[in-house]
Amino acid sequence: MIRYIRRAAGFCLLLLVALLLNAARVQVFQAESLDDNPANRRKTIGRYEQKRGNIVVDGKPVTGSRDSGEQLRYERTYLHGPLYAPVTGYASQTYGTTFVENAEDDVLSGTDPLLAPLPLWNEITRSRQPGGNAVTTIRGAVQRAAYSGLGGRKGAVAAVEPSTGKILALVSSPSYDPEQISGTGRRVTDAWARLNGSPSQPMLNRAIRQTYPPGSTFKIVTAAAALDTEVVTDIGAPTKTPEPYVLPGTSTTLPNEASGCRDASLEYAIRVSCNTVMAELGVRVGMAGMLDTVQKFGFNDDGLRVPSRVSASSFDTSMTADQLALSSIGQYDTRATPLQMAMVAAAVANGGELKSPYLVDRTTDADGDVASQYSPKSLHQAMNPSTATQLQQMMVDVVENGTGTNAAIPGVRVGGKTGTAQHGTDNTGTPYAWFISWAHEDGDSQPAVAVAVVVEDASADRADISGGGSAAPIARAVMRAALAD
Amino acid sequence: MTATTVDAPPPEVRLPKRRGVEFSLLVGAVLIAVFGYIDVGLTKNGAVPPDAAGYGAGLGVLALLAHLAVRFRAPYADPLLLPIAVLLNGLGLVLIYRLDLETPKDQAAPTQLIWSTLGVALFIGVVVLLRDHRVLQRYAYLSVAAALVLMTVPIFFPAINGAKIWIRVGGFSFQPGEFAKILLAVFFAAYLAANRNALAYTGRKIWKLQLPTGRVLGPIVAIWLLSVGVLVLERDLGTSLLFFGLFVILLYVATGRTGWIAVGLLLAAVGAFVVGSLEPHVHSRVQDWLHPFASIDAGQGPGQLAQSLFAFAAGGMLGAGLGAGQSVLIGFAAKSDFILATAGEELGLSGLTAIFLLYALLVARGYRAGLALRDPFGRLLSIGLASILALQVFVIAGGVMGLIPLTGMAMPFLAQGGSSVVTNWIIVALLMRVSDSARRPQPEHVETGVIAPIVEVDQ
Repeated sequence: MIRYIRRAAGFCLLLLVALLLNAARVQVFQAESLDDNPANRRKTIGRYEQKRGNIVVDGKPVTGSRDSGEQLRYERTYLHGPLYAPVTGYASQTYGTTFVENAEDDVLSGTDPLLAPLPLWNEITRSRQPGGNAVTTIRGAVQRAAYSGLGGRKGAVAAVEPSTGKILALVSSPSYDPEQISGTGRRVTDAWARLNGSPSQPMLNRAIRQTYPPGSTFKIVTAAAALDTEVVTDIGAPTKTPEPYVLPGTSTTLPNEASGCRDASLEYAIRVSCNTVMAELGVRVGMAGMLDTVQKFGFNDDGLRVPSRVSASSFDTSMTADQLALSSIGQYDTRATPLQMAMVAAAVANGGELKSPYLVDRTTDADGDVASQYSPKSLHQAMNPSTATQLQQMMVDVVENGTGTNAAIPGVRVGGKTGTAQHGTDNTGTPYAWFISWAHEDGDSQPAVAVAVVVEDASADRADISGGGSAAPIARAVMRAALAD
Repeated sequence: MTATTVDAPPPEVRLPKRRGVEFSLLVGAVLIAVFGYIDVGLTKNGAVPPDAAGYGAGLGVLALLAHLAVRFRAPYADPLLLPIAVLLNGLGLVLIYRLDLETPKDQAAPTQLIWSTLGVALFIGVVVLLRDHRVLQRYAYLSVAAALVLMTVPIFFPAINGAKIWIRVGGFSFQPGEFAKILLAVFFAAYLAANRNALAYTGRKIWKLQLPTGRVLGPIVAIWLLSVGVLVLERDLGTSLLFFGLFVILLYVATGRTGWIAVGLLLAAVGAFVVGSLEPHVHSRVQDWLHPFASIDAGQGPGQLAQSLFAFAAGGMLGAGLGAGQSVLIGFAAKSDFILATAGEELGLSGLTAIFLLYALLVARGYRAGLALRDPFGRLLSIGLASILALQVFVIAGGVMGLIPLTGMAMPFLAQGGSSVVTNWIIVALLMRVSDSARRPQPEHVETGVIAPIVEVDQ
């Protein structure tokens, strides 16, 4: 009988081995595919089980977490939600994430391996670290100046530090409070429907996701192309351009708002914003030359991340001469985001070198120890340094003697360019008011800030909308805030 | 032989009783459970739970009382059995307590502690009152009669969750089939011990298979048919599988005939196939096993088995930690049939392996007692009781982990369920009793007037 008892015991051992092997199969070898099964709620529950890390401005979080006491436990809260919405985006349990909330989600939710002190051990335990923080380059005072400058009018502001590419302000107006859509349930879906249905499009990030015809501010790009290709060698010399200018191959004449543009110098054309001169110069530079320059400024690049995706600004790659003429003054199909135009101003201010704009300076773990640090990168050499110097001189001239006097700051070297962009069928829409500028304080080795402002307020009096009148004062307030320490 | 050895008194073999070892292990088992409560509280609420002291003290007192009963009435009993039972029962209480935190309206841990108390009381009762396991042999036919009654009673009660295995009186539900397990083990052991020679050596021979006479085989076949009957009437695949497995193992151990296993497996396969394809409740279980994600693909969300697999997967190697899992997503059977998923999720493969090894140790100790005993009834009884544990663990663990079709059964000691806890405590008590006999020093002289125990000669 002993022999059979031993065999029966062997059978029991076999059962044990089968159980252990099966347990290893489910818990180790199939674990990943089971974890990833869309019907498995654990990832979602785990994601909201701990407080989300914060997005930091000026050393202080502009986000928070609220314990909802529900299965998806922590919901996102926002301090000054509408002010920072174009930067933070939203982190919604129902609708996912956008902008920095999306780009830095791994850090904020605690899954980024950089947060783990022992990544391999983390891989084995598959544990989640406390949420890390994303420290932005935004400066609260600059952001607030831009937001209050727009004052609820439709529009956007982008401000960057030319020498590094740090984005100091990113404002879109009208805005919304992302906290309304943080959680789940009826109130959130109602708020989502209301925000998306609103004609003022509060959830549209106008600073980096909306393109506008840049109008006359684009003349800075055309001037850079003219100088770099040596179509113009002396900015003070007459350009041999007629007034009015008949668009090549057509009978359409291009008018000027300003006077004295016939045969004007490039310097004068920029100061008073001559359409004829700049259109003709663009045609003289030619399709290839213009395209080369605009691409070095960042146009036609849909790969730009700050780390949020930036919509591509566009300049057509094949055009007839008359279309090229119109494009050279920022009309026809030319479109740019406010951030793109801030980059144009920044490249001029920074001696022609365009730095990659960025929003997240560093990420840290929950204790504040640095997990990753951004180091500024050059995007392109947008123009020759000598061209940049000449453009700086011309932009200062605009603010001191030309259309941009509203941007002047006493005691500070400020360069600017106004723009009033026609749009709509037969240009019947209310024009967009543009202003791009930069400020360089005497004694500083680097320019402090480059700004682009666009105001698209449909309720304003048409005559009142001009870059110098509507947008320049906002740019001045933003530059002042950036200069103040 | 030399004269000296004849004259010298036989060397006294003093087997160690190991009660001190048992006591130390018990302290460890209770401490592990107490740490479990504290861990759950710290994870869920960041504080030591106020009722941890109550559960810990309750478990400690139960362990101490059981230990004292063993110390005085079964001093030679195996020192591992009681601590393993206390540890598993304690872990079960921790897991149920932990799941209770997710279901504030449905508190199962307090009830489970009451049932555990009753179980330990019965354990003490068996250890104290049953002086010799051989007494049970006399009640073989009474046992099988009682088992049949217990198994048939639930047929007259309404089905709960598709299976007619409960008696519900007031707020109390009760699974009489659980107790029938022990009674059947006693009957099988007694019957086979008495008839094993007849089963092994008589009757006609067909090809290589030696068939026993119908008179000997009849009652056993009747029991098998009964187990299928129970399955069909009560829709209880698990219990039927358990009875059948128990029967085949004991038959094999008693007769040594491999042919019995072949016949047993054949009959089981036929029975399982017929019932699995005809009986809708069982059929759906088989379908779930074959396609655990079918409901997800159909857009109806994960079924219980899929949720259980998700839970095990979430545990991985080291587990989420007590209180940090989400196995409550499994739903209504999370504390009973699927308790192992919580263990798998929160303790991981490592914790689950430890639990399996605890069961294996329990089973191994039962087998060991069987090997050391001299009377066939005791041997078969201890093998039978140990096999009940082994089969039950395999059937339920294999079921919730997708190895075999799921059957509604309780994980011994771990799962919520009064009848199950009480039954398993009685099983451990009987194993204590047989191990005490197995390890007790043999009397040197057979007293006159007492029939000498049959010393078995192995074939």
